Amino acid sequence: MDLAYTPDEEEFRARLREWLAKALPTLPPKPSPEDWPGRRAHDLGWQRMLHDAGYGDVHWDASPTLRLIFLEETEKAGAPYVGAGFVGLLHAGPTIAAEGTDEQRARWLPPILRGEEVWCQGFSEPDAGSDLAALRTRARRDGDDYVVSGSKIWTSHAEVADWCELLVRTDPDAPKHRGISWLAMPMDAPGITVRPLKTLAGTTEFAEMFLDEVRVPVANRVGEENDGWRVTMVTLSFERGTAFVGEVVACRRVLRELAAEARGNGRWDDPVLRRRLGRLNAEFRALWRLTQWNVSEAEAADGIPGVGGSVFKLRYSHARQELFDAAAEVLGPASLDLDRPWMSDRLSSLSYTIAAGTSQIQRNIVGERILGLPKER
Amino acid sequence: MRFQLTEDQRALRSGVRELLARRFGPEQLRAAVEAPGRLQKGLWRELGEAGFFALRLPESQGGVGLGLPEAVLAFEEAGRALLPGPLVATHLAAAEVPGAATGETVVTDVGGCGLVEWLSAADVVRGDDGGAVPLRSVDPLTPLHRVPGTPSSPWAAEAPGADPAAVLLTAAEQLGSATRACELAAQHARTREQFGRPIGAFQAVKHLCAEMLVRTETARAAVYAAAVTADPADIDTARLLADDAAVRGARDCLQVHGGMGFTWEFEVHLHLKRAWVRTHRTSDATESEERLAAELLAGSG
Ligand SMILES: Cc1cc2nc3c(=O)[nH]c(=O)nc-3n(C[C@H](O)[C@H](O)[C@H](O)COP(=O)(O)OP(=O)(O)OC[C@H]3O[C@@H](n4cnc5c(N)ncnc54)[C@H](O)[C@@H]3O)c2cc1C
Repeated sequence: MDLAYTPDEEEFRARLREWLAKALPTLPPKPSPEDWPGRRAHDLGWQRMLHDAGYGDVHWDASPTLRLIFLEETEKAGAPYVGAGFVGLLHAGPTIAAEGTDEQRARWLPPILRGEEVWCQGFSEPDAGSDLAALRTRARRDGDDYVVSGSKIWTSHAEVADWCELLVRTDPDAPKHRGISWLAMPMDAPGITVRPLKTLAGTTEFAEMFLDEVRVPVANRVGEENDGWRVTMVTLSFERGTAFVGEVVACRRVLRELAAEARGNGRWDDPVLRRRLGRLNAEFRALWRLTQWNVSEAEAADGIPGVGGSVFKLRYSHARQELFDAAAEVLGPASLDLDRPWMSDRLSSLSYTIAAGTSQIQRNIVGERILGLPKER
Repeated sequence: MRFQLTEDQRALRSGVRELLARRFGPEQLRAAVEAPGRLQKGLWRELGEAGFFALRLPESQGGVGLGLPEAVLAFEEAGRALLPGPLVATHLAAAEVPGAATGETVVTDVGGCGLVEWLSAADVVRGDDGGAVPLRSVDPLTPLHRVPGTPSSPWAAEAPGADPAAVLLTAAEQLGSATRACELAAQHARTREQFGRPIGAFQAVKHLCAEMLVRTETARAAVYAAAVTADPADIDTARLLADDAAVRGARDCLQVHGGMGFTWEFEVHLHLKRAWVRTHRTSDATESEERLAAELLAGSG
């Protein structure tokens, strides 16, 4: 049991740190959250820089430990996060790398890594959220194409995406988990309408997507026909397992800034608040250790994160909300001013216990798959 | 980074678990509860022979020559089995008090909150126990004395910092209790039937169990990391997470057991009561919280 890094890993860290110190000052300023084309260009430009410097594929080709070091160092240096690259880099890409054919890997992975193409995730539907396998978007085979009709909702980044990882029903007569397929749908295909939805934070992070007889080549299916649920589980394990690592580092920085703010405005003299921040320090220190534990486990299990991801996701999403509530307590009435630091993060953190599987669903997973408790039905 | 148990550490853990199952199983636990205040010196010597107290002494001094991670695993098992006695104090005295390492001498100490565990059974008391008075201990397996003159609210005084190793080994015992409570709850939830189905199928029960597991596993990562680094902030983190996992875990386990959870027979109350005792053994949680708060400002001038 140790927490030491190998000389190779330390060398990687040092090299990365040095490169970040040179590269970050050359980045253009961050566009506003409402400016989607600007955000897309900014996030892809950053990925292009990483690619040219040899770090483009760190999210899925590197060992879990190198990925952890990468996320830790980029976050500490204040580098942009994956942003519009989230789906491509953190779950569609890793899924294609694990389940796709050589041809599919060659077609889709390099543009993700070079920062040329954006992906979105078309899983949820109006009547299929937590019960994802109840999805009804239909794909009928017609020659070398599937003809897809239906609707998706809460599709993040759909407005600016080139590709969509799309779940469709290819066999309506099979039991619900056995008739699903995983397709890569080009977002410029005729028949797709995207209608942006405004979130409670005031931005258009996600959208509704209406599909009317959209033709998707059969060659774009990843995995076998009707075996899409298994592929989906691979996607979700990436989404829950490793996608939030960098954020833990960011939360620890926020906590230090909060303490400094509290000392500056006098709130630090309140022992109740101080102890609350002390507890949050323990919480995020522990979450970092849990991350290291899960990474070591993934390293031993060929890189695919296990159900440990649900344990982490459950704990982290609540801790994140508590962190920004504590920020509001530090600010007092000023917390009602959205221009104050942390206050828009406070709003967006409200989605963490819902997106990527709600906390209730994660508790079902932990109870059933880790503790062996009986299923509800 | 291999933040996982090594083969040797796994072997050590199962060795301790087997020894305790053999020498301090459910029967012996019940017997101990019925004979309060009596420490089984035979078992104590056996623990000594097995290296429980000499675990971290160098081999040149007749010890086992292992480190904090191994000690943490051993104490986790002790917590899991509800092994009674001033285990931490005796372990920490191994280098200095003759006979402590071998289990021939039982050592206790005056804790940071002014409490002494197992005073009458101990051969040696470390710290000033002058005028100690017995109190009616909440835990049937931990006789307690209170030393007058120690502040009634230790966090308000200039309390001397507790030995970090004592804090960590206590956290390891809490982790063991939390693990056991989670196992007991899940086992009961899988088998006890009401309304024609196992109660674990009901989400109100399933989610309690899931939260117990999440608290336990997060605490485990914190406790093991602190054992590796021995860093004071890591140790404070470990104690806060482990106290919480143990106390809340025992309460939830009690709830999952219904009426049976409230009986003297069923072991869960012993976990809860011992977990309470451990939260006041070395120092109060508020001290850890204050130190971790101060740490946030360190380096920011
Ligand atoms: C910011 C954000 C971004 C998102 N991005 C995407 C995306 O890019 N692509 C995508 O496909 N989806 C996306 N989602 C959708 C997300 O995955 C779903 O919102 C989520 O899975 C919940 O589904 P639902 O909204 O239909 O709620 P419902 O499933 O209707 O749930 C409503 C409530 O009922 C509870 N509930 C439901 N079933 C159970 C049960 N069996 N037991 C106990 N409680 C239950 C839930 O926990 C919840 O509290 C995003 C969501 C958010 C908030």
